[in-house]
Amino acid sequence: MNTSSFPWLIVLTVLPLVGALAVACLPPAAEALAKRLTLAWTLLVLVVTAAIALGFDVNAKRFQYVTSYPWISQFGIRFGFGVDGIALVMIVLIAVLMPVVILASWHDGRTGTRSVKTFFALMLALESTMIGTFVSTDTFLFYVFFEVMLVPMYFLIGSFGGARRQYAAVKFFLYSLVGGLFMLASVIGLYVVSSNAGHPSFAFSDLAKLNIDPGVQKWLFLGFFIAFAIKAPLFPFHTWLPDAGAAAPIGAAVLLVGVMDKVGTFGFLRYCLPLFPDASAWFAPVVVVLAVIGIIYGALLAMGQTDMRRLVAYTSIAHFGFIALGIFAFTTQGGTGAVLYMVNHGLSTGALFLVVGFLIYRRGSSNIADFGGAAKVVPWIAGVFFISGLSSLALPGTNSFVSEFLVLLGSWANQPVATVIATAGMILAALYILLMYQRTMQGKLNPDLPEMNDLSRREAVVIAPMIVLILALGFFPKPVIDVIDPAVKATMQDAGKSDPVPTANSGGRK
Amino acid sequence: MSEQLILAADKIAAPSISYWALLPMLILLGAATVGVLVEAFVPRSARHPVQVAVAGLGLLASLVAVVALAVGDHARTGTTFGIKTAPNVVVIDGPALLLQGTIALLGLISVLLIAERSLEPGGPFVANAAVVAGSPTDREHSASADSQTEVFPLTVFALAGMMLFVAANDLLLMFVALEVLSLPLYLLCGLARRRRLISQEAAVKYFLLGSFASAFFLYGVALIYGYANTVTLSGIRTAIDESPSNDLLLLLGLGMLVIGLLFKAGVAPFHQWTPDVYQGAPTPITALMASVTKVAAFGAIMRVLYVAFQSVRWDWRPIMIGIAIISMLLGSILAVTQTDIKRLLAYSSIANAGFILTGVVALTPAGVSSSLFYLIAYGFTTVAAFALVMLVRDADGEATHLSRWAGLGRRSPVFAGVFTFVMLAFAGIPLTSGFSSKFAVFSAAAGGGAVSLVIVGVIASMILAFPYLRVIVLMYLNEPAPNGPDIVIPGLYTSFALTVGVAITLVLGVYPGWALDLANRASEFVR
Repeated sequence: MNTSSFPWLIVLTVLPLVGALAVACLPPAAEALAKRLTLAWTLLVLVVTAAIALGFDVNAKRFQYVTSYPWISQFGIRFGFGVDGIALVMIVLIAVLMPVVILASWHDGRTGTRSVKTFFALMLALESTMIGTFVSTDTFLFYVFFEVMLVPMYFLIGSFGGARRQYAAVKFFLYSLVGGLFMLASVIGLYVVSSNAGHPSFAFSDLAKLNIDPGVQKWLFLGFFIAFAIKAPLFPFHTWLPDAGAAAPIGAAVLLVGVMDKVGTFGFLRYCLPLFPDASAWFAPVVVVLAVIGIIYGALLAMGQTDMRRLVAYTSIAHFGFIALGIFAFTTQGGTGAVLYMVNHGLSTGALFLVVGFLIYRRGSSNIADFGGAAKVVPWIAGVFFISGLSSLALPGTNSFVSEFLVLLGSWANQPVATVIATAGMILAALYILLMYQRTMQGKLNPDLPEMNDLSRREAVVIAPMIVLILALGFFPKPVIDVIDPAVKATMQDAGKSDPVPTANSGGRK
Repeated sequence: MSEQLILAADKIAAPSISYWALLPMLILLGAATVGVLVEAFVPRSARHPVQVAVAGLGLLASLVAVVALAVGDHARTGTTFGIKTAPNVVVIDGPALLLQGTIALLGLISVLLIAERSLEPGGPFVANAAVVAGSPTDREHSASADSQTEVFPLTVFALAGMMLFVAANDLLLMFVALEVLSLPLYLLCGLARRRRLISQEAAVKYFLLGSFASAFFLYGVALIYGYANTVTLSGIRTAIDESPSNDLLLLLGLGMLVIGLLFKAGVAPFHQWTPDVYQGAPTPITALMASVTKVAAFGAIMRVLYVAFQSVRWDWRPIMIGIAIISMLLGSILAVTQTDIKRLLAYSSIANAGFILTGVVALTPAGVSSSLFYLIAYGFTTVAAFALVMLVRDADGEATHLSRWAGLGRRSPVFAGVFTFVMLAFAGIPLTSGFSSKFAVFSAAAGGGAVSLVIVGVIASMILAFPYLRVIVLMYLNEPAPNGPDIVIPGLYTSFALTVGVAITLVLGVYPGWALDLANRASEFVR
């Protein structure tokens, strides 16, 4: 199947877009039909993704399902598609999250200023562009998806979001666009470098072979890095995320924090490290410092939040610090841990956002102070809330523990000081999650709480796969690690890094 | 002395002129002349349709002639174009043909906008321009469904001048073309049906400043004649090559010449007229000026710089880089503060002029072709944008103040959708022509070694994204204003113009290969 020339990835990218057009063409009154069609469509995409994932051969060469067609031949731009292990786990994550999110958003479209079908069409368009960023192997094509991805998200936040949706939508768009334009400057720079080296090309495989002058590398790296650091977001480029995360409708927030932000960390691995190895090494200390600041700062600010959605957004900033630390530690364990973290964070934060969404739907408020003792009223919701929270704080037995442990293990060899500080972040994580749980679920029952029903059947279907995956990946992460590992090894090889050999006495020489 | 005169007289022979090569321009001048005759002989009630037909068919025929010329010449000579005719003062080469074709097509679309009468009775032009604005007679006329149909021959004359402008290989002829294109434009600016005083002020401002620019140009020509003893571009080039050192006369002359040209192109710091004139002029004329005039002016700038002054490029290049930077930054920063959509587009056009200059100073074939591509892409997007502005109307005519646009997305989703697309194209979002053209000029500039320009260009793009985004936010995310403006359903002419503009914006964004290829093949100036 891998050797077949059928363009599976193009089909996968275009399929949700076709669905989006179909949903957009429905009459505005057909709300139920729009929802059902969207759900069916995302399940179809899940099936195609599953087929692709099953056909992926872990032991074969890094990029599979490779297809490439000329697009703008004057600039050597091609429709280049292909997946490696890293991209594969990300598209699987997208495909799994989508139906969950659609089902969770069943009543969301109605709160907006535009029709319900628009909401679902935008969600499908977003899925298409997100898949596109992960499966494109042409740097230019990646940039195109990277930018176009903003448009559906902008309208999702701006038209269907909460109280400060305008402010949040514009801030989100401008931050990302500015980052994207920095990247554009670097993409143009890459074009010049590659045309000076022979024929212009944007294909990742061609660019990775270039030997770019270290001085030039630094500038090109910076352009990509700023774009990805804003996207990820890394401290101090993060201020848009709490606003966007708090204002977005829950479904869009899950995708924003769960998947879209991973494009940034994915970009570090796919583009920054292999294309600019010298510059990556040169900038690594700075990035690691930013990552560690992000871990501590994100955690401290999360503790101070009074709004659950902002709290979850701030926890993500801390988690992205871990991911960046793992990537810029330049070890295979660190890199694999970071990629696994990307997946796990999508699941645990996704679950957390979904449960918070259930609570907001019932209470009409996301303020922590508006709850209190709610576990007595809605024990099932409290239960899934607790499990999602434990996953977010990386308790052993949940998925996040494996990835966080791998990241710390991998970065210890090259960045011991940063690793020690980052470990403190784990303690803070326990604090912010448990404090939130305590204040909302336990203690005296808040007399202002309205009548609340426990988990509905639809909500149970929404949250069940998330909980199952959280526990399953906590106990048996091997299949995912097996897929990720070869791609990370290849990335580190491209970056010219080999793993330091651990020695028994390295810690005890004194 | 007298012997010499006789000898010279003997040598004078009828110049050989390739009328075939001049056909596109001849057709336009003919159509314009017919238009003048129509004014004289056709009864008032029938003039409008007849004028539209004459101008439209003239432009169409001219476009066909350009295409035939390009195809025929291509078949004859193989790869390169290059007809020098009328003793070397007119050159029909690749850039000239491409630009002439663009001018004809954009001109045709602009004429359609000018001809639109379904948006308000009588169309966007005044019934009788000679009547004092605000007088009782004027009020009487403003209610009538008449309009000055002289706009059509005037427009066609201007377009003919632009076609000649991009093909002139002789500074004097270039000056004549400059005046042929400018004078009708000055007049057209003052013919708005609504807000006549602003319109007339715009016309006077444009005329006065334009005259200054023409004077600069002419003074430059005189100085260069003093240096080179000739006014043909190839002659100047030879003179520079043969002269051992740079001459003050040459540099002064070049500076004056370029100032005149940059004024027409609306490049900062010679841009002061742009916002006022764009705002005051009738919107179809603004569309004409923002798209076609820009194409013509940059065509002439490139020809002058690349053909005549190639050898002294190290003298003018740093200055042009500086001008490009000023234009990009000034245009984008001032665009942020605008509250009127036409002024916003005016400042954006100043910034875009800077982007085009970025390609021009690359001094490589890629620089020429990317600038040509940018001109085409930008021209069509701009026409579409102004066509859309024409549709937002209230009782006072067009509602151009941005506060009036609040909530249009909810009242008219199709209009808002199309306008959003155009704004995204201006902002340079991928899959629009705005992105592919920016990418083309920036990569050409980077390849030509002007990295500083690329960095400034990217920063300017970031700044410029903000005002465009603000319009989108206004339309979608704001509450509709009470008694806000309505979106008028466009008539056939406007719909057609709009469709072409938006379609080309999309096509050049998604599949720009063929146009880039065309621009590449047409990028060689004949010397």
